[in-house]
Amino acid sequence: MNIAVLLRAVPDPVEELELNDEGTDLDRDFLGYVLNEFDDHALEEALLIKEDVGGTVTVFAPGNADEVDQILYTALAKGADAAKKLGDDLGLLDAHAQAALFADALSGGDHDLVLCGVQASDELDGQVATLVAAMLDRPHVAVVVGTRPGDGSIRVTKEYWAGITADYDVDLPAVLGIQAAREAPRYVAVAKIRQAQQAGGLEEIDVEAPESTARVKVVEMRIPEAGEGAEMIEGDEEAAAERIVEILRAAGVV
Amino acid sequence: MSNDVLVYVEHLEGAVTDSTFELLALGRGLASVKGGELVAALVGSGVESLAGELGAADRILVVDDERLAIFDPQGNARVLTTLVRDREPAMVLVPYTSQGMDLAADVAVGADLPLVSFCRAVRADGELGATVQLYGGKVEADVVVDADRAVFAVLSGAASAEDGRSGGAGNVEQVAVDVGDLAIRAAGVTLPEAGDVDIATQEVLVAVGRGIESEDNIEEVQELADALGAAVAASRPIVDQGWLPKTRQVGKSGLKVKPKVYLALGISGAPEHVEGMRDAATIIAVNTDPQAPIFGVAHYGWVGDLFDLVPELVDRVEGE
Ligand SMILES: Cc1cc2nc3c(=O)[nH]c(=O)nc-3n(C[C@H](O)[C@H](O)[C@H](O)COP(=O)(O)OP(=O)(O)OC[C@H]3O[C@@H](n4cnc5c(N)ncnc54)[C@H](O)[C@@H]3O)c2cc1C
Ligand SMILES: Nc1ncnc2c1ncn2[C@@H]1O[C@H](COP(=O)(O)O)[C@@H](O)[C@H]1O
Repeated sequence: MNIAVLLRAVPDPVEELELNDEGTDLDRDFLGYVLNEFDDHALEEALLIKEDVGGTVTVFAPGNADEVDQILYTALAKGADAAKKLGDDLGLLDAHAQAALFADALSGGDHDLVLCGVQASDELDGQVATLVAAMLDRPHVAVVVGTRPGDGSIRVTKEYWAGITADYDVDLPAVLGIQAAREAPRYVAVAKIRQAQQAGGLEEIDVEAPESTARVKVVEMRIPEAGEGAEMIEGDEEAAAERIVEILRAAGVV
Repeated sequence: MSNDVLVYVEHLEGAVTDSTFELLALGRGLASVKGGELVAALVGSGVESLAGELGAADRILVVDDERLAIFDPQGNARVLTTLVRDREPAMVLVPYTSQGMDLAADVAVGADLPLVSFCRAVRADGELGATVQLYGGKVEADVVVDADRAVFAVLSGAASAEDGRSGGAGNVEQVAVDVGDLAIRAAGVTLPEAGDVDIATQEVLVAVGRGIESEDNIEEVQELADALGAAVAASRPIVDQGWLPKTRQVGKSGLKVKPKVYLALGISGAPEHVEGMRDAATIIAVNTDPQAPIFGVAHYGWVGDLFDLVPELVDRVEGE
């Protein structure tokens, strides 16, 4: 099975975020990026499928952040067979533009399966996985939590809520939005990533940032005031423990 | 085009979901601003009886196809796309849930409409627009769409489900849609096994997130839970790591809980988590990141390290 995995760098969720002067976007000058957490699950599921039935795993990522090289080399170190960076210094890309880049890179390829994280934190204008599927006119299932590859099709488990799931048989080629891999994403030692870096093997594909077709405009962005409406407890852990016990007492649970 | 607002009716195992009633409540208001009808799209097999719960809608389009007895990501998307193309509603509301995530982008591409994701509020006065949550809930944005029609994927909690619940069906209209050949076929639904602790019935929950760092550290939190007579619950990554069973997961794809006290330790407060716990009577959040969105839903918050706090709390609670 030949599998393409779509990877995206997203702003690091644990970093302090600031807005630009116009208040319409994040201030991206000093922003750190990390691999979208669900894309990491998509990569893991792809590697597991390859281990099951053989084949290849090719990872693609738009070159829109400094961290993209590191993300792609990490995927190679984990066991991907090839890594392709789509463009360089592309700047801000919305979901439609990212999907168009991916769809373009994939069209004409012979991928049986395209895996992508089910969502990313910056998808204001729709999920990339579904958009790619729609652009390529391939069947698509979102919120997938496990797969069993078959012959010409793949059995996927889609998660609903409260522990309810449903299984589907999906004809190949297909696109899956991965919520969680069957197993937690593997860890790879920094030394192995460095090895991958030294070996090179990252292919840069020269593309321009595509015209976006998103048609959604940010008028104003806000970072909500921390603890708006909450009583923020001051002081060290002893003071905090003291106050929390008072709160528990008032709630009648201690 | 029309001024109608079309709501996709999400249902599973014969029950219309709360998300649908929330969208009906939201759509009611939007339809009256637009001066159009609130139209519900009910898709499945043998589902017409569910129309009786959709009284909030003026019109219910029922599409019946035995191949859609179980939600089919491709079949249901084709039906919705066809309805949207034929009826040209001004606004299409889809829940941002496991089903809606299969539909929203597909319909937007298929009917050539702009799409807004992660909506917490939707507006129809003047330009169509929404308030959305981005970056795991850390950022909020007001957006407008550059078109007079659009698809909105709406987060749970945008309106009250109670307000959208109303019996007495509106106009029921059977619509035939040819779904064509399907490349996706449902093979069956699996319901969760009972067992383990039922976190939905606990008075106190001590919930841990990725801030707990390792499986071993859960023991420390279990100690606190024991002292409180509480159960340990968790955010999704903790369950995906296999550190706690699925039955302990709170949120969009886990359980909705409503304890007297919810103590959130090292949980950022992503919208998918918050929708499972925001109705707790008292929410206490502990996080090292002062910007963590969990502080936006908490009643009490402390910015600090959970590993400093938990032993202090155990001592004091055991002394009570
Ligand atoms: C379709 C879908 C369904 C989903 N369903 C769910 C669901 O049901 N439930 C759910 O929870 N998520 C769900 N998610 C995932 C959700 O998007 C988030 O990824 C998840 O909630 C994040 O979990 P977290 O807060 O534990 O981790 P993170 O977001 O990584 O947050 C960890 C937090 O811990 C803090 N921290 C770190 N160290 C410490 C310390 N020592 N002391 C105190 N604080 C510390 C950090 O500042 C950070 O805020 C779903 C996602 C999708 C796409
Ligand atoms: N714990 C639960 N038990 C039963 N149904 C649930 C539970 N959690 C969520 N749901 C249903 O799933 C729908 C979608 O959930 P959500 O993704 O949270 O909007 C909701 O509208 C509920 O009807």
